[in-house]
Amino acid sequence: MLNFTFWDILSNLLLAARWTVLLSAIAFVCGGVAGLLVLLARVAPLRPLQGAMKIYIELFQGTPLLMQLFIVFFVLPLVGVETSPWTAAAVSLTLFTSAYLAEIWRGCVDAVPKGQWEASASLALSYGEQMRYVVLPQALRIAVPPTVGFSVQVVKGTAVTSIIGFVEITKAGTMITNATFQPFLVYGLVGLLYFALCYPLSLSAKALERKLNVAR
Amino acid sequence: MAYRFDFASLLDYAPVLVHGVATTVGLTLVGAVLGVGIGIGGAAARSSANAPLRVAVGAYVELIRNTPFLVQLFFIFFGLPSLGVRLPEWQAALLAMVINLGAYATEIIRAGIDATPKGQVEAGASLGMSGPQIFRYIILGPAMGKIWPALTSQIIIVMLGSSVCSQIAVEELSFAANFIQSRNFRPFEVYFVATALYLALAVGLRWLLARLGDRLFARAARA
Repeated sequence: MLNFTFWDILSNLLLAARWTVLLSAIAFVCGGVAGLLVLLARVAPLRPLQGAMKIYIELFQGTPLLMQLFIVFFVLPLVGVETSPWTAAAVSLTLFTSAYLAEIWRGCVDAVPKGQWEASASLALSYGEQMRYVVLPQALRIAVPPTVGFSVQVVKGTAVTSIIGFVEITKAGTMITNATFQPFLVYGLVGLLYFALCYPLSLSAKALERKLNVAR
Repeated sequence: MAYRFDFASLLDYAPVLVHGVATTVGLTLVGAVLGVGIGIGGAAARSSANAPLRVAVGAYVELIRNTPFLVQLFFIFFGLPSLGVRLPEWQAALLAMVINLGAYATEIIRAGIDATPKGQVEAGASLGMSGPQIFRYIILGPAMGKIWPALTSQIIIVMLGSSVCSQIAVEELSFAANFIQSRNFRPFEVYFVATALYLALAVGLRWLLARLGDRLFARAARA
């Protein structure tokens, strides 16, 4: 029987952490782009579009990530798309992230005084120009801290993808546990690794928030 | 070849789904009560004068908020038995939910406490109230009323997060869905229905908690 030393366990978990980081980055970047599109539709002066995006956000915020993951994993094959745990994880986390970020950013857009919209409208700027030159630059400033804070949720969300067989830190932890019978040590290390990934993000979100409040 | 949807095949398994929903609701309600209880205690501890206590509670909050619920659950269910603490599935799930919600609730309630005007505390002290009396009768009510919407959202997040408890074989809604799809080979239909049920639970719980908040904190909100 193979013997696992502490360093074997740790190095294997660290190797798996690459995939947690990569998946988080993909979900955050793609989710950010998709979230921006959702946001633009959500605050566009077009009732049906607003309603549709409201439902989209509500759907993703009102259902478990695990169920979203299962549905993507089982639905994509129905429409003829070959799914691997990788694609299912990336697609569902991207959708999940887009809904949450759109809602966070909507709050930031709402925080821009209404007079700014009216002033830019009176200058005959189109919706696109209003967003591009007047509203988004101001909203962006207050959007940074909560966005960084949400990235913690994305990193933690990747743990759920272990359930459909994507090998990231949690799945690696389960596999190592099955080989070493040391769940206390292994899951303890898994938790600490997540903490090492998430805590700096939490701290910087807090620092950014403080900086913003001082600047005001 | 088009896929033919067959939701009717789910009807035979309705009792399984009902059992799953009941378990999810039960875990959530008990977890919410205990978790908010821990949150109130934690928030009181974080604003106490006792520095080591403040640091300990702060560490607990940060540790829980920066690790995934699934890992906390695995640690409790698989890891704790090596310390001699062996919990049945549902107890492990409940404990994980309580610990998880407790940390978030601590942070949320603390924000409400911080928003209490200082003059009110001083007014209470000038009436000869003790520290605990001031906390209980002056600070807590308005603070809870202020942060109730945030607390509601967090309770719903915990309910949705409880879906991963199926991984330690707690027979809640996701477990029911997994069980049914392993029998009737209709994963899409099953997960679609389970997801819709979660959505309904989330909407219903939000409504219920909003009513409850109105009831409990109406006076505090008016004040």
